[in-house]
Amino acid sequence: MSQTWLVVGLVGAGTIAIKAIGPVLLGGRPLPEGLASVIELLAPALLGALVAVQTFGNGQALAVDERVFGVAVAAIAIWRKAPLLLVVILATVATAVARALL
Amino acid sequence: MAERTFRDGARAVGPLAVAVVGFGISFGVLARAVGFGWLAPIVMSATTFAGSAQFASVSVLGDGGTVAAAVAAALLLNARYAPIGISVAPYLTGSSWSRFVHAQLVVDESWAIAAEGDGRFSRGVLLGAGVVLYVSWVAGTTVGAIVGQGIGDPATFGLDAAFAALFLGLLVPMARDRRHVAAALLGATIALALTPFAPAGVPIIAASAACLLGLKR
Repeated sequence: MSQTWLVVGLVGAGTIAIKAIGPVLLGGRPLPEGLASVIELLAPALLGALVAVQTFGNGQALAVDERVFGVAVAAIAIWRKAPLLLVVILATVATAVARALL
Repeated sequence: MAERTFRDGARAVGPLAVAVVGFGISFGVLARAVGFGWLAPIVMSATTFAGSAQFASVSVLGDGGTVAAAVAAALLLNARYAPIGISVAPYLTGSSWSRFVHAQLVVDESWAIAAEGDGRFSRGVLLGAGVVLYVSWVAGTTVGAIVGQGIGDPATFGLDAAFAALFLGLLVPMARDRRHVAAALLGATIALALTPFAPAGVPIIAASAACLLGLKR
């Protein structure tokens, strides 16, 4: 019981602090020139990593499973310029169907 | 193009909110099953508001791990919010108290949707998407923690692929020039290469180093 609340309290406080540090210390001002050109590439770098890990990550292992079908269908939909809503729905349905059939 | 607003953010994140509710329910169920009771999971979702870190710390504790291990796992997973917070800092205006509160609405999904692709972020979209995701996550957790049993594994419905699809959909329009494509590929490579060896969270935070390509002109 007390262990539970200790974890809830520490994780909560730590996460709130991590999220707040940039906006509270640097908020409302443009970033310095050098930092700005690095931060510009943060979105593609992290999104690339998130796509890879969400597709192939399975805890501390890599796995090729039904999600690959979903993401492949999403890639085709994106290429065909489908709206994001449709992309997400198609990926979900394709993954569920593959999981039910395979 | 007109500037995107709070409403645009709330609308854009709609399809994902369904998946977030589903995972919120499964988090509530899992936390209750490992002895968190019904209140602690809800408080955790309302304060931490970061799915993967919450799942990680609850699993560690459920597997008999120590408090220190559970907290370390969660904070490693959330370390990426330090650079992410810096990236949105210029666009969060207002008093330091309001910046502190708004910063809590930054999660992977709201951040990605708010990205304009050129390094700028839309404050309205960030907050609109963040509020919808926050409400979905806490509501899902509440249902799961109180009902205490699953409506089924979200993976059965393919919801585990929704996040990769969303991130890919947001990444592609961003990959306009060689530097952006290189950063995305390098980030993905670093994350996959480290996944089998490093504790959860480390591969993602290490992948953010790919943005150092921005130092090269």
